[in-house]
Amino acid sequence: MSQQTIVHDSEHAPPEPPPGDERPVRGDSSPARDFSKGFLVKLVLVGLIDAIALYGILTAIAVEQWAIVGFLVLALVAVNWAYFSRRTLAAKYLLPGLVFLLVYVIFTACYTAYVAFTNYGDGHNSTKDDAISAILAQNEQRVEGSQAYPLTILTDSDGDLAFAIVRDGQALVGTQDDPLAPADDATVESDKVTALPEHEVLGFAAVAQRQQEIVDLRVPVSDDAADGSLRTQDAATGYIFESVMEYDPAADTMTNTQTGVVYRPNDQGQFAAEDGSTIAPGWRVNVGFDNFTRAFSDERLRTAFVEIFLWTFAFALLSVLTTFVLGLFLAVVFNDPRVRARKLLRALMILPYAIPAFISALVWKGMLNTGSGFLNQVLLGGAEIPWLTDPWLAKLSVIGVNLWLGFPYMFIVCTGALQSIPGEVYESARMDGAKPWRIMRSITLPLLMVSVAPLLVASFAFNFNNFALIYMLTGGGPNFVGTPVVVGHTDILISMVYSVAFESGLKQYGFASALSILIFIMVGAISWWGFRRTRRLEEL
Amino acid sequence: MTTQTAQAPAKAASTNVRRNGTFTRRWWREVSWRYLVALVMIVICVLPLLYVISASLNPGGSLVGSNRLFRTVSGENFADLEARGFWTWLGNSLVVCTVTAIGTVLMGAAAAYAFSRFRFKGREKGLTGLLLAQMFPQTLAFVAIFLLLLTLKDVFPALGLDSLLGLIFVYLGGALGVNTFLMYGFFNTVPRELDEAAKMDGATHGQIYWTIILRMVTPILAVVGLLSFISSFGDFLIAKVVLQRADNWTVAVGLYSLAADERTAPWGLFAAGAVIAAVPVVLLFMFLQKYIVGGLTAGSVKG
Repeated sequence: MSQQTIVHDSEHAPPEPPPGDERPVRGDSSPARDFSKGFLVKLVLVGLIDAIALYGILTAIAVEQWAIVGFLVLALVAVNWAYFSRRTLAAKYLLPGLVFLLVYVIFTACYTAYVAFTNYGDGHNSTKDDAISAILAQNEQRVEGSQAYPLTILTDSDGDLAFAIVRDGQALVGTQDDPLAPADDATVESDKVTALPEHEVLGFAAVAQRQQEIVDLRVPVSDDAADGSLRTQDAATGYIFESVMEYDPAADTMTNTQTGVVYRPNDQGQFAAEDGSTIAPGWRVNVGFDNFTRAFSDERLRTAFVEIFLWTFAFALLSVLTTFVLGLFLAVVFNDPRVRARKLLRALMILPYAIPAFISALVWKGMLNTGSGFLNQVLLGGAEIPWLTDPWLAKLSVIGVNLWLGFPYMFIVCTGALQSIPGEVYESARMDGAKPWRIMRSITLPLLMVSVAPLLVASFAFNFNNFALIYMLTGGGPNFVGTPVVVGHTDILISMVYSVAFESGLKQYGFASALSILIFIMVGAISWWGFRRTRRLEEL
Repeated sequence: MTTQTAQAPAKAASTNVRRNGTFTRRWWREVSWRYLVALVMIVICVLPLLYVISASLNPGGSLVGSNRLFRTVSGENFADLEARGFWTWLGNSLVVCTVTAIGTVLMGAAAAYAFSRFRFKGREKGLTGLLLAQMFPQTLAFVAIFLLLLTLKDVFPALGLDSLLGLIFVYLGGALGVNTFLMYGFFNTVPRELDEAAKMDGATHGQIYWTIILRMVTPILAVVGLLSFISSFGDFLIAKVVLQRADNWTVAVGLYSLAADERTAPWGLFAAGAVIAAVPVVLLFMFLQKYIVGGLTAGSVKG
């Protein structure tokens, strides 16, 4: 696109000049001189985005999220440059969508790859510094013979609990997140805080009601976790608790001051003693290819994983095959002009595809219920067939329901493809004496495949990750026994990822991400091979 | 069906000339069974739908109680949906899907316009890159999306976990996707002479975009918007990962919670909710049928 910079008289061009008006070419006039309505809208919008981004930068600095700070600064610069420079015509139109694509598709894809190489998950959620603070805080005990402080329990304006004590004649207030700090405006009576502005002193009833919360509350003495915290056991007296663990930054060791055991960081992101015992929590570390090999190296998982792996392929292949065969068959059957009301018949047969898949899957789940489902009770006269609870029948049911859901799509697609095959081809084949079956095999199918094959590849890729169907219909069950993650006979890889990440008790984001990457590589390779064969990518 | 030229002469011959026994016998042999196939297929397709409609009308229905179709008919389940928060879910779904659809159309169309009309550095690469970005579907990245939103919550609570806006933003990540290609192809069919003429008349690129191009392609914008609506309406996985509190759920997550345990599930309520949620989508789908197939042909898949 050529940049037209011929700026012509200062007056504003009418949006729709009369036809035939031969005005000189005029492109983006300088915005500084041309305060059109559009420019003002742009100014306000970009200003708004700048404000939000600035707010985000400040907040992100406050919570020390440096990656977000960096991204926001770049985004801020990019937005302002794109919309106020005259040399960035295409960027003006591409940027909004690109930002979303960058954050929610490209970044998440890269982040998945990154997490796949870490042990991110429950017990390894954060950095080493956070883990050290958490270990110190979790191993606190009341310091022997330490002073008892008459404790005042308050709630602040947000309703959060706060503790107030008087130490050396100085009133101190703190909450779970804010360490003890002097409160000079507190009212103190006989070494006890009785009132504090913007806070409410909890009465006896309120204390009794929130007893557990109060006993669990830990108000840090200072920002350093090693200084211990103020806690209470009876909601009346406060004591300073200090950690039995001691962290030595120079030697990078954690020492239990009671037992004398020394813990050193291991390469799994945990402090470990010589006897192998570890302290929770740990922190995130790079674990190399552990997550990728885990499915094979963990013996309790291996059999289940291999079955899930094979079943995923079988499910995706069979889904494509069954829906395609049925769809093609119906398309051929109803492509005969002698059949009346074809439009109506087609509309009725497309219904299953029109309904959101999650609804159909849930309805089928009810209908296939062993004891009280419609299929067993009504259609099969009270049979007790375990459609969804027997490993093989459940697989059959999944394929069957997916056939119900998916055949209309293939039906539509094949009908379209059949109708685009020119009639002359058939005529000449018949002239040459070809029988119907022969015509089907040698003419219809090859021509059909040209347009349908890419869709079969896409359908395979989609079904490979058909999470909703599996999760809604069987939930992956019936479950394997004794596996360290909750997976079952009908789980496919993507539903296994979900289970590993969220539903197996211990959340293992690293392992889940590694499985996602494996899926991506497999689906990507198969799709690439498939599309190459169908020469689809070259059409671009 | 206009392209049936191959069989049309045969039909003309049989109906007009030989109205006799041969024709009847031939009809029985070659056509009648097709109606039988149609009958079987339609029963298979429609029976589950009748079942769920019947269950939705069966008051207080459990799974067992729903088996006798249309034994009792009452609107009780529909009235009870409110107590379960169903209308909140539907409202959430409508808000999320509508905003996503509008955003997708605006951003997708803008990108398609840029690719179609401007010749800038990296244009070809951009198109290829856009295609490649589709290789890693968002469903695969849901763990990373969860972790990203977990972190974002500290900076922009409105974009973090358990926020509808956060979910919308995730969906908008897919705005530059298959739909852009659909629109790109369509934009290319709008003659460039129109732009040139407008430029001659002093229109800026913005004026050309908003007042000429978008007006010319309104139908495809509507289609892309509705397709995006249908696909985000049907999304379960990402909505389930992002939304946590029950009043933030979308219909998909909410209905799943109603039907999760089929023994104790309020089956009648679920069925009523399913009917309400499905009807508009089915109508929309029927209306958009040929475009949906077109969109699928372009590589997208209904989710």
